[in-house]
Amino acid sequence: MPRARVLIRPKEGILDPQGKAVERALPALGFEGVDHVHVGRLVELEVEDPERLGELCEKLLANPLIEDYEIQTL
Amino acid sequence: MTVGAPKHRELGLTDHEYELIVEKLGREPGDVELAMFSLLWSEHCAYKHSRKLLRQLPTEGERVVMGPGENAGAVDVGNGYAVAFKVESHNHPSAVEPFEGAATGVGGILRDVFAIGARPIAILDSLRFGELDSVRSRHLLDGAVRGIGHYGNSIGVPTVGGEIYFEEPYEHNCLVNAMCLGLARTSEMVRAAAAGVGNAVVLMGASTGRDGIGGASVLASAELGEGDEAKRPTVQIGDPFEESKLLECCLELLGKGLLVSLQDLGAAGLTSSAGEMASAGGLGIDLDVARVPLREADMEPFEIMVSESQERMLAVVEPARVEEVRAICEKWQTGCAEIGAVTDSGLVRVLRGEDVCGEMPVEALVDGCPLYDLEPAEPEDWTYGNRRTLAVGAAPEEELLALLGSPNVASKRWAFEQYDSLVGSRTVRRPGQADAAVLQLPETGGAVAVSIDGNGRRVACDPYAGTIEAVLECTQNLACVGAEPLGLTNCLNFGNPEKPLGAWQLDRSVSGLADACRALGVPVVGGNVSLYNEGPDGPIYPTPVVAMVGELPDPAAVPGLGFGREGETIAILGPFEPNLAGSELAKARGELALGLPQPDVPAVAAACERVREAVRAGALACAHDVSDGGLACALAEAAIAGGVGCQVDLHPLRERGCTPEEALFGEGPGGFLLSGERATLEGLGATVIGLVGGEAVEIGAGDRSLRLDLAAAERAWRSLEERAEAVE
Amino acid sequence: MIWGVLQFPGSCDERDALLACERAGHRARLVWHESRDLDGLDGIVVPGGFSYGDYLRAGAIARFSPAMEAVAEMAGGGAPVLGICNGFQVLCEAGLLPGALLRNAELRFICRQVDIVDERSGERLSIPMKHGEGRYYAPEEMLDELEARGQVAYRYAEGHNSNGSVRDIAGVRNEAGNVLGLMPHPEHAVDPLTGSTDGLRVFAAVAQGAFANHGSTKAPGE
Repeated sequence: MPRARVLIRPKEGILDPQGKAVERALPALGFEGVDHVHVGRLVELEVEDPERLGELCEKLLANPLIEDYEIQTL
Repeated sequence: MTVGAPKHRELGLTDHEYELIVEKLGREPGDVELAMFSLLWSEHCAYKHSRKLLRQLPTEGERVVMGPGENAGAVDVGNGYAVAFKVESHNHPSAVEPFEGAATGVGGILRDVFAIGARPIAILDSLRFGELDSVRSRHLLDGAVRGIGHYGNSIGVPTVGGEIYFEEPYEHNCLVNAMCLGLARTSEMVRAAAAGVGNAVVLMGASTGRDGIGGASVLASAELGEGDEAKRPTVQIGDPFEESKLLECCLELLGKGLLVSLQDLGAAGLTSSAGEMASAGGLGIDLDVARVPLREADMEPFEIMVSESQERMLAVVEPARVEEVRAICEKWQTGCAEIGAVTDSGLVRVLRGEDVCGEMPVEALVDGCPLYDLEPAEPEDWTYGNRRTLAVGAAPEEELLALLGSPNVASKRWAFEQYDSLVGSRTVRRPGQADAAVLQLPETGGAVAVSIDGNGRRVACDPYAGTIEAVLECTQNLACVGAEPLGLTNCLNFGNPEKPLGAWQLDRSVSGLADACRALGVPVVGGNVSLYNEGPDGPIYPTPVVAMVGELPDPAAVPGLGFGREGETIAILGPFEPNLAGSELAKARGELALGLPQPDVPAVAAACERVREAVRAGALACAHDVSDGGLACALAEAAIAGGVGCQVDLHPLRERGCTPEEALFGEGPGGFLLSGERATLEGLGATVIGLVGGEAVEIGAGDRSLRLDLAAAERAWRSLEERAEAVE
Repeated sequence: MIWGVLQFPGSCDERDALLACERAGHRARLVWHESRDLDGLDGIVVPGGFSYGDYLRAGAIARFSPAMEAVAEMAGGGAPVLGICNGFQVLCEAGLLPGALLRNAELRFICRQVDIVDERSGERLSIPMKHGEGRYYAPEEMLDELEARGQVAYRYAEGHNSNGSVRDIAGVRNEAGNVLGLMPHPEHAVDPLTGSTDGLRVFAAVAQGAFANHGSTKAPGE
């Protein structure tokens, strides 16, 4: 069965405290020069009909009000 | 495959123990058998070094419904109901991965409680870490608190109390002890003993993976070679959602009388559950690992038997009812697999389809482990070191500020606000509101109170007296909410019992626990032991954590720990003989040493009774036990909680022979701080020391008198939040 | 008044909601998530908890349950629906309420008694919050519309917004005013033994349809 990977990210402009927290912690761990960290989710799946992926993302995997998604067919 | 050290030694068995196994089997053990013996004969499962000592503990009482030996203990609370409870440790996993270690600790103790048919109604936790200036300790604190919150909140059981201490000896060995209380109809409670030859053995819950196998990996077959540590994680991952479904499923099954017996899978997974069920029932068990639902396809029989995958329960079911059980599991979307049968062979047989992978006498496996005597030797000196953090010649206000701001004394609000303390609608006293948590029981018309306490540092000063103090602390905390103790559970966290110091600490501590419980008439209904908590710098403080459950008739009458209002009288009650030995002040001055005064248990018990009666009569505004930081801290805490200051003089204590310093900051059992109407307090036999009022904590103590603004006191007392979240 | 309280795998506060409905002088029964049977029910409570473990996103899976489909129909007919905490999240995911709930700004679960203000009456209520994902969010234009239509039902009082919700929004209603969602837990403020009793007013308000067409900047008939 065809496999796909969906990357889900917080929409640009929405406060992303997780991303911020990671960004702020990095210098203390010795990583300078890292900016604009955003934390999202990864969903991997096997899907019979890849045409339906968009609908699946819109309806369940992502919340379009607050998240963007990107589909990668593997 | 490892060459060199014999497998049994790598699995933690001594040569002598191995020989015993060979003798009991009449042959050399196969790999599956060796794995199972190594787990069940480990200290964690067999209590090799503690079992003889634990026999001293009083375990009987007319309110005891279930005593030690079952999944949890339980006491009768009237009207056909019982409260089940137990505390357990999850220390070593939490040091590796604090979030999952603490979370799965909570998951495990919840299962112990619903395994006997009680619906969990509360969680408490007792935590210890190194000092907060250590990045590692802040990381462990953060992870553990989040993990407890994650699991407890998600499954909908309120976390209503607990304690957190910070001491250097815990730097490399943190302690995470989790306690659970549950409520059951006494007639519906179930035991773990397998019964009924021919009955089915059913595995419910999550599928089985490689969680927790790490240590047994030496048994891997040749094909799984290097680079496979990742495949055998030592960390167990918890899923509270899975447990929520499993819990409802089990309670429904028990409510419908569909289970003959029930056992949770914890340490050593199927090995210990099956073994213990068979042993308790005096029977045998056949298990077919081929029928165990697996998360990973290629698991070997020994892995399946030792896996510590979470959220699983083992049940014995009459064959005719297995389908009904399956249907209810399906309704709750949780797994159900018939994996074996109860037999009369007296053996635990592990099969894979038709092949026998292992066959051991139950008795050898579960009870055959040799028990060891300790060789205690009293130390000559204090061995834990000292670190001075308080400036020499500090004024009493500075001392009070330092103590209020010390992480042991400071408000733990940062932690307990991460816990849902309300779900279930029973919580009458939330964390921080009183000295014990109080939960209403509409089922009986009354309420229960619970407190969990322990002070490793003081136990290190004197393991016997320090342990008695812990029991008295619990009793006092319960008295402050008008509760009479019904039963006690304990978690004994100690170092290496094979060393003279560890042996002495454990030996004296258990004696203290036994003597205190006997003197107070409080039975021990269950508990847990965690030994070998030692790091490169030495052992932890000997830390017996004690938790008591008590009952009270009227939850509406419970006072808080804060002063009520301006003009109230403040008094102290009890045989309080404050002493600086083992105190927070002594720690801050770097003056810790061996030795504690011996507590007067009957006198403290009598004071508890007086306070209890006064609380029940609704006569007190504030009832607060004096503990860490002494009376000055207790006064400040009551003032902060009440939002109003106080003006007191401690000359009555000085008349009993205390120095001003001891009166202010001395610690020890038997001290109650009360506020209310003067006549009531005097009638109780309490000693009036002053009045509630003003915006400062003013304490007269001879040449150490102090006056501290309430706002400054509160700032110091709330400083844990900043320190806990400090980025390096 | 008979409430139906939904129960999903992972719901936590459904029994508390049942108790609260009874304390409010109403009757209530549980509705299993697989059931569409809402017969005899006058209103619905979607309770707090961690339905489906909050996996994927809080409320994202629960909103597809048969029970929620039936609730959507019932709501369309004007029946009162009260979503509390996870229930609020489910209603937003289902599109029955505007906006979304995100992780608390400080990334920590917070259990704390807070004051919220009823935007219709100005009343101040003391109600506990207990959540890790309660930060209300909606895009600016949507927020302006909500304000204009009086759809903001509750706001955190000054100094009491612990999760970073935009414009201090603690609860919103739908346009028709029969569906209300809020993050704090009124069902945990109904018993003097365990805290405040201000939560009773929330149940009463929803049952009475008090939010319907209230607070709109348009006068009736305009």
